Amino acid sequence: MSEGPLVVVGASCAGISLAMATRDLGSERPIVLVGDEPDLPYHRPPLSKAFLAGKAEESTLALRPESLLASLGIEIVAGTAVTAIDRTARRVITADGRRIAYDHLALTTGSRARTLAIAGTADNVLTLRTLADARRLRAAAATCREVVIVGGGFVGLEVAATLAVAGAAVTVVETEQRLLKRAVSPAVSDAVMRLHHRHGVGLRLGARVTAIDRAGDRARAVRLDDGSVLPCDLVVVGIGAVANDELAAAAGLPCRDGVLVDPEGRTADPHIVAAGDCARHPSRFADGRLVRLESVQNATDQARAAAAVLHGLPQPYDKVPWFWSDQYDVKIQIAGLVDEPDTSVLRGNAEDGRFSVFHFRAGRLIGAESLGRPGDHLFARRCLGEHLAVTPALLADAGTDLAALATAARAAAAAPSRTS
Amino acid sequence: MPKVTYVLADGSRRSLGLSVGASLMEGATGNAVPGVLGDCGGSCACATCHVYIEDARAAALPPPSEMENELLNGVAAERRPTSRLGCQVRVTAELDGLVVVLPERQT
Ligand SMILES: Cc1cc2nc3c(=O)[nH]c(=O)nc-3n(C[C@H](O)[C@H](O)[C@H](O)COP(=O)(O)OP(=O)(O)OC[C@H]3O[C@@H](n4cnc5c(N)ncnc54)[C@H](O)[C@@H]3O)c2cc1C
Ligand code: FES
Repeated sequence: MSEGPLVVVGASCAGISLAMATRDLGSERPIVLVGDEPDLPYHRPPLSKAFLAGKAEESTLALRPESLLASLGIEIVAGTAVTAIDRTARRVITADGRRIAYDHLALTTGSRARTLAIAGTADNVLTLRTLADARRLRAAAATCREVVIVGGGFVGLEVAATLAVAGAAVTVVETEQRLLKRAVSPAVSDAVMRLHHRHGVGLRLGARVTAIDRAGDRARAVRLDDGSVLPCDLVVVGIGAVANDELAAAAGLPCRDGVLVDPEGRTADPHIVAAGDCARHPSRFADGRLVRLESVQNATDQARAAAAVLHGLPQPYDKVPWFWSDQYDVKIQIAGLVDEPDTSVLRGNAEDGRFSVFHFRAGRLIGAESLGRPGDHLFARRCLGEHLAVTPALLADAGTDLAALATAARAAAAAPSRTS
Repeated sequence: MPKVTYVLADGSRRSLGLSVGASLMEGATGNAVPGVLGDCGGSCACATCHVYIEDARAAALPPPSEMENELLNGVAAERRPTSRLGCQVRVTAELDGLVVVLPERQT
């Protein structure tokens, strides 16, 4: 095992997790995190929630205190983009011309907000990805009255919820016929739609933005393809994220909307790993297909697996994928990867918005979505993690005690299989 | 500042002065106490901030919310009657001298 320098490109969720895990494994090798954001590593999820609402200040966002990172010998080079990787000489080149030698390189470059080409540049047309974006959005939100959110994905809907609670008149425009189409099943889309309705958020589904009217540097109205015009003093574009894989691609590493990695997190170069939003990996939760996930769980756990492989302790990354989103007072939680289920069953009450949908494919549980049902979510996480066998019928039965079911399934899984 | 002692899985102890209002998760992750991860930053979503509060004052703490209680069923180590999520327990002056035992694993 080599103890030469470990250089990490991207100093956020996955990068910090990888560096901390490397120290936890007992390595004392030099670790340098190079990040292009000027701010020290911070938690991103509050940017659309507590931070935007004014309930959390910047001081509470730090992923780890600067003093701690320094005391662990984890050097942070902030405000510095890596512009090239010289794989032959094993060094990275930064925008300010520095060359930093590595023995191992970790790519944790994440993803960036996709931009809307027709939006152009206007002072009050914003996206939300970084703390710098969040500061701008928070300042704009303090005075805005009419907000148009372009895109009904998680970030857009969280911003819609936060600004609606703050008193703004919010309209969400979504090209699909339902919210969160790529992320959740129709029953959940429906419940989320009703939740936003109840809080006075206007929803324009199946509508496309055709133009943004402006006066000088400011957007004044958003025009839709059905001819309607939505006056606004703030536009937030939340139409998804794009993997930051250009650096890897330019260095000749195989990429396909994300840096391709093996189950342990290795890229095609034995000296380079990748993890988090920027990586695409084969997942046992998708029958081995390659997936690129955008979640805190994936960033932290995949980074730990990558740290382990660099430390000579390869372990396939096979943690159960999970995700959460907070909108109003509802926590939406997803366990597993819900892709083309053939059977789906509902637990709880869809009418009052507290329910879960459990999804099966070929008789196997593949995932669950829960609204205000944390017990169901944790049950699904356990079943998926421990390969516990459960049936749609049992889950559809409101009388089934999930805790008892998990215990029984676990006992069955532990029992020696009989051979006859 | 109230003092909190973390007992690590290997039995060693780390005593720290923590600010009133800080969570037991922040006290650990902010001071390199190994064995607490706090992946979700205190959003009560990840269950990687599991601690055992083996202290008579545990009973006087605000009880776990439904969310915390359910997440505790999903912790990686054994759930015990003394189990709490560190991000949901905040330091108060009354908790000065609190002893917090860390589980063997968080993932
Ligand atoms: C507003 C918002 C809310 C969210 N809420 C949730 C939530 O509730 N739950 C959840 O599970 N997930 C949530 N997410 C997603 C979650 O934050 C991401 O999945 C996670 O941050 C991914 O971590 P990462 O380290 O892989 O990438 P990132 O956090 O994107 O970090 C990558 C870093 O690398 C830097 N970088 C890129 N290229 C270079 C380069 N060439 N040189 C130097 N630095 C570079 C980037 O600027 C960035 O700082 C949210 C995301 C956003 C934006
Ligand atoms: S830090 Fe995630 S649940 Fe406590």
